[in-house]
Amino acid sequence: MERTTIDLWVGMFVVLGLGALLVLALKVGNLSSVNMSESYAVNANFSNIGGLKARAPVKSAGVVVGRVTEIRFDGQNHEAKVTFKLDKQYSFSRDTSASIMTSGLLGEQYVALETGGDSAQLKEGDRIKITQSAVVLESLIGQFLYDKAADGGVKK
Amino acid sequence: MPRRVATGVRHIGHQVVNGIWRFGVASRFLFLTLFYSATSFRRFHLTIKEIYFTGVQSLIIILVSGLFVGMVLGMQGYETLQRYGASESLGVMVALSLVRELGPVVAGLLFASRAGSAITAEIGLMKATEQLSAMEMMAVNPIARVVAPRFWAGVISMPLLAAMFSAMGVFGGYLVGVKLIGVDEGAFWSQMQSAVDFEKDVVNGVIKSFVFGVAVTTIALFEGYDAPPTAEGVSGATTRTVVTSSLAILALDFILTAFMFRGEG
Repeated sequence: MERTTIDLWVGMFVVLGLGALLVLALKVGNLSSVNMSESYAVNANFSNIGGLKARAPVKSAGVVVGRVTEIRFDGQNHEAKVTFKLDKQYSFSRDTSASIMTSGLLGEQYVALETGGDSAQLKEGDRIKITQSAVVLESLIGQFLYDKAADGGVKK
Repeated sequence: MPRRVATGVRHIGHQVVNGIWRFGVASRFLFLTLFYSATSFRRFHLTIKEIYFTGVQSLIIILVSGLFVGMVLGMQGYETLQRYGASESLGVMVALSLVRELGPVVAGLLFASRAGSAITAEIGLMKATEQLSAMEMMAVNPIARVVAPRFWAGVISMPLLAAMFSAMGVFGGYLVGVKLIGVDEGAFWSQMQSAVDFEKDVVNGVIKSFVFGVAVTTIALFEGYDAPPTAEGVSGATTRTVVTSSLAILALDFILTAFMFRGEG
């Protein structure tokens, strides 16, 4: 076969292959959505993070505004220290509250931010002080059973 | 009786020693190929010609199999997921199983049987008809001239083929899931995008297919180069290429998966 024809076919093959990779990265994967050029890190302490994982989304009003980057156990006050990166184009007040929510009944967990009224903004390295832990289904059920049992005792 | 046992044990010993010996020779062969690969880059049209034979000509089988594997995944996945009321997660299931496992592995198996066997047969015949010896007589290193371009062609083609297989499979899953069964299109794509991670899933899939590419082409080239120069020898070597490289792909896949995912999310 002619060398130019072979070159043409191989060129098409390589372009097709790279195109497939691009499709996998952009359409199938989440490369486009995590692409935050400028971000600032903020951390928060939770007494229980439930099933939160690194790279979980951080949402405000349901819109993804950042990602969880690191989860560590804080040995001093026995809490979980969650660090997350927020997109620089969004700013939040100093008294923003963070809570761990579940999308759907059994869905993945994410950090929800609700902005407060303070005029000062969160900066790199700041700590969010008002936090609400994840709702752990087992303790909820346990509490429910306990309450039921307590009610039953009163009626007797 | 003891003599028979001794013969049996000796047979096992011989097999093990032979296996290790062949593995050593194959590793040395791979090292030599890498050492002499400068030619395949300096005269890159040799490599391009081999990419045409190994990559471009495997396109049809890869694309068609990818499409069908994706469509079957869509159907079977829907059957299972709708029992738990999670049919919207169909996209996640199709994409993750393709990108992480099926893409690299099935594309690798197809590549071994389509391109690997052809490489072994070609090189085995070159050896049987003494073309390799003729090259050596003309002071042309057959490893640099014949083996290295085929090696790099296989290593370049394999990740591209696996990516095309996965992309085609996702498209097949989309066709069946969204167009045929009627899963919500927005949920199909958005759940897929939030679950498939670029680094953890896509890049690891590419690494897998790259490793499989190296393994399959090395086995194919070595079996061809090592084949007894007879018609029977070449046919045996071709069979061994397909069997060995398929087993190598599956074993390597297990090892790589164990390192990459380790059961975390």
